[in-house]
Amino acid sequence: MTPSACDKSAFSTMEVCGSLTVSLREFGCEQSLLSRPDGSASFVQGDTSVMAGVYGPAEVKVSKEIYDRATLEVLVQPKVGLPSVRERSQEQCVRETCEASLLLTLHPRSSLTLILQVLHDDGSLLSCCLNAACMALMDAGLPMSCLFCGVTCAISTDGQIITDPTAAQEKESRALMTFAIDSAKHSVLMSSTKGSFSVHELQQCIAVSQKASEKIFQFYRDSVKRRYSKSR
Amino acid sequence: MAAGFKTAEPLEYHRSFLKENCRPDGRELTEFRTTTLNIGETSPQCVSVCEVSVTYIGFFILFPCLGSISTADGSALVKLGNTTIICGIKAELANPTVEAPGKGYIVPNVDLPPLCSSRFRPGPPGEEAQAASQFIADVIESSEVIKTEDLSIDRGKLCWVLYCDLMCLDYDGNILDACVIALLAALKNTRLPEVTINKETSAPEVNLEKRRELQIHKHLVSASFCIFDDSILIADPTAEEETLSTAHLTVVTDEDDRLCSVHKPGGTSLSGERLQECISRATTRQREIQKLIDKVAHSVKKAQ
Repeated sequence: MTPSACDKSAFSTMEVCGSLTVSLREFGCEQSLLSRPDGSASFVQGDTSVMAGVYGPAEVKVSKEIYDRATLEVLVQPKVGLPSVRERSQEQCVRETCEASLLLTLHPRSSLTLILQVLHDDGSLLSCCLNAACMALMDAGLPMSCLFCGVTCAISTDGQIITDPTAAQEKESRALMTFAIDSAKHSVLMSSTKGSFSVHELQQCIAVSQKASEKIFQFYRDSVKRRYSKSR
Repeated sequence: MAAGFKTAEPLEYHRSFLKENCRPDGRELTEFRTTTLNIGETSPQCVSVCEVSVTYIGFFILFPCLGSISTADGSALVKLGNTTIICGIKAELANPTVEAPGKGYIVPNVDLPPLCSSRFRPGPPGEEAQAASQFIADVIESSEVIKTEDLSIDRGKLCWVLYCDLMCLDYDGNILDACVIALLAALKNTRLPEVTINKETSAPEVNLEKRRELQIHKHLVSASFCIFDDSILIADPTAEEETLSTAHLTVVTDEDDRLCSVHKPGGTSLSGERLQECISRATTRQREIQKLIDKVAHSVKKAQ
């Protein structure tokens, strides 16, 4: 990522030591890197990297228009091959999360298109997509009621909870959960799980994700602050 | 007069019922609709048992059944209120994948044809059908309802592949729950023929007369809820309630009270206590449906 006049990269390693150890991989973000979309962002978590582009509010096809709200369409493009059933399910998760936090009623009969391009998948892909989506929506200047972030937790075979797992850790885990947490109430907006687990483990993972989300929201704040203070 | 109000202001119409803690079709907020289950092939003696238990969920009715699919290796038909899903399972022989030579595979596919609702147009599967297919595939994999090692015949060379086709005949909301019930019932009904490898020709020989059942390790049941106005939780939504709600949640549990999936594809947020309520309701639902499926499977076996 090459820095330029209006771009900003920010890197931070997060490690919280306390009763709940939450360690996230090194993550970074860059906004306004593409010239055609109204908003764009690239989010990197460790080796996992996703680029997001937002077009909108724009004209909408009459068949898809909703009279009182904007129509949000999400497309997830995998690194290799055509989008398959798995991508459709990810699109549904990202779309409904964005619809919950965007103020769609401010742009009736318009379309918003969010395109997520997977550049590299090294685990925690869905949460990286969510983070990239949020930063791109912010970059496009779309009105939102709250921000959201994605956190992935894996439960290893010996019962340990690992946040932001790599692909190797995900493969060896017995359960994998991705949550989208909102910035206003720190509650769960989206939940997508694989593997079997007990109710207690689910609650622990939610608590761990909420703690990790605080760090990600702090990072959003810092990167946006740095970007706007420099351009002045 | 009520019909006019319902068309003009559907949200207000539903809200007026929810204020009284009930729903337009007369159900309680946590009540599931009548579940009818029909397993297996057409046969004059075959019966279908419809359970709607006594307390507040259902009662038993026995009536001569309309068969499911006679050409499939396993089939089941489920009606959850008006929502109707039919599941057919076909078993085929295939070569196992290189990454997993000792395992077979299960390929689920959920189809929402234009027949079931005016929202679906003919053509390639839409997002809802694909997301539902992915959900069923994840649930099968997460729960290990069937150990894929049981589907292997000859390691590295031959295995069974189960094609599970779930087709919706009538869409009235909550297809995910109905799909999971139909899938589990059809898997219980599936009988795979014996396959022996001829030592000289090393070709597989399939004996269609001799069949063995699949071993089902987990008894999965899913319970779907939707959230209205950010605070009211209702179980088993109908199609109208789904379109008016602000979030959906599906919880899949097994008989050991372990969760196989907590699927909440976005929408308004859910607090911890609400989530806990849903999980407890899902575990009670699991017991009811387990009894239903066992009863029907048992009666089908007796009739054969």
